[in-house]
Amino acid sequence: MLHVEHISVSLGGRSILEDVSFEAHAGEFIAILGPNGGGKSTLIRALLGLVPLHAGRVSITPSSTFIGYVPQVKTLDRSFPATAADLVVTGRRARWPWRVSVGDRDIVRRALERVGAGHLEHSSLSRLSGGELQRVYLARALACRPPLILLDEPEAGVDRVGAADLFDILESYRHEHGATIVMVTHDWDVAFHHASGVVLLNRSVVASGSPVEALTEEAIKEAFGHVGHAHGVLGGHHHG
Amino acid sequence: MGDILSSLFSVEWLGIPFMQRALLVGGLLAALGGYYGAFVVQRRMSFLGAGLAHAAFGGIAAGLLLEMEPLWIALPFTTAVAAGIHWIRRATRLAPDTAIGVFFSVSVALGVLFLSLRTGSPVDAYSYLFGSILAVGQMDVWLAVSLVALAAFTVPALWGRWAYATFDEESARAHGVSVDRDSLLLTLFVALTIVVSIKMVGILLVSAWLVIPAATSRLLSRRFASMTAGAILCSLAATIMGLHASFVVDVPSGASIVLAQTALFIVAFGLSLRGTRSGRAA
Repeated sequence: MLHVEHISVSLGGRSILEDVSFEAHAGEFIAILGPNGGGKSTLIRALLGLVPLHAGRVSITPSSTFIGYVPQVKTLDRSFPATAADLVVTGRRARWPWRVSVGDRDIVRRALERVGAGHLEHSSLSRLSGGELQRVYLARALACRPPLILLDEPEAGVDRVGAADLFDILESYRHEHGATIVMVTHDWDVAFHHASGVVLLNRSVVASGSPVEALTEEAIKEAFGHVGHAHGVLGGHHHG
Repeated sequence: MGDILSSLFSVEWLGIPFMQRALLVGGLLAALGGYYGAFVVQRRMSFLGAGLAHAAFGGIAAGLLLEMEPLWIALPFTTAVAAGIHWIRRATRLAPDTAIGVFFSVSVALGVLFLSLRTGSPVDAYSYLFGSILAVGQMDVWLAVSLVALAAFTVPALWGRWAYATFDEESARAHGVSVDRDSLLLTLFVALTIVVSIKMVGILLVSAWLVIPAATSRLLSRRFASMTAGAILCSLAATIMGLHASFVVDVPSGASIVLAQTALFIVAFGLSLRGTRSGRAA
């Protein structure tokens, strides 16, 4: 489904990613973990074709695959006058809607209900909490039933319960549609509980494989310089 | 005073040919200002209007120096400046207001230089600074009609893409929207609207054409579509009110239109505060 082969990205003369390779097959849930500034968000942007590749290539098969994308909510402009329904419609077509058509309204409603946000259809984006906005973004990503979903720190700005709900929704979608999920996250628990594969990234791939294979104490030390909060999680999963 | 009050409620002014022309051109350009203004305000580029108006000053001064129709120099000069602002924004890490500020200063400096080299009367230059209904001629009618036709022709393709990129440039790019090309087109269309509006509103006040109606509409809108439509309507209403006042009180049309826009903004501000309070109470 997704093949990332030896990609390197430089921005403003600074190397951000070096020789990054991994694969995500149909139905896999890949968690991308790593320190701040390690190139995780740039990797997602490279997969979306938003940054030029200095070397290597990204291939998605089939090439016509529709990609659902959930950006970081915290970076968005909340002052834009829009309802949740407007935003979900952009998951279906590459333009902002002048009005939500009758045909779109059913799809929007189903997508919002799927993420437990049916009641937010007519709500202004400016009045939504971080968790609610994240659900609306997820509804937008799922509106076209994409076989591949890319998420950039979906748990940022969302409380722990809200984040757990989001991951459950993603898991249920993945099992139902055999979709591939690639997600940047800071949450070690997510990697262990939901991911089938992990890419530990600090400009280049430090380790990859199943969570238990990739998230060893040595690999985490190499990526982050210390084990920190991951220690408790690692103990539970490697010895539990 | 009594005469002014009775003139305010008179419709005789609508029968005067030059007022009809001013109303037609003013209405068309007001609609354009409101339409493009919704994007300019929401993209936090309100300074763009002022920057391009001052860029037009350089072009107009060059036209006056060369004793040519100033608009024919100001149009290419200002669109070139608009393209320059767009290019610098994309090619460097400079903030949009910095790129605009650079061209703003250079254009004003050139304008002052050209005017100082000129030997004629400064009166015609003043009319470009403050705007005048009397300055609006048949050529302005055709230019305004052409710009509205261009906007109407491109609305189906561009409104949705501009709006999407205004909300979230990165998501729009990820969806295949040509954000850079579209953004250049928006800047160029704004530049053309600014230059053609200068005769009526004046260089000093033409940026209000883009900012105040859109800001007024934003206060009362929950959706970007209604903000766009509201900005157009608000701009039209303020232009009719302002042109009427300009005729009755004999003041420059730019000032009267901007004061009418401001009056509508104050009303919208009051209504939005009331809406916020009743929302909290509920």
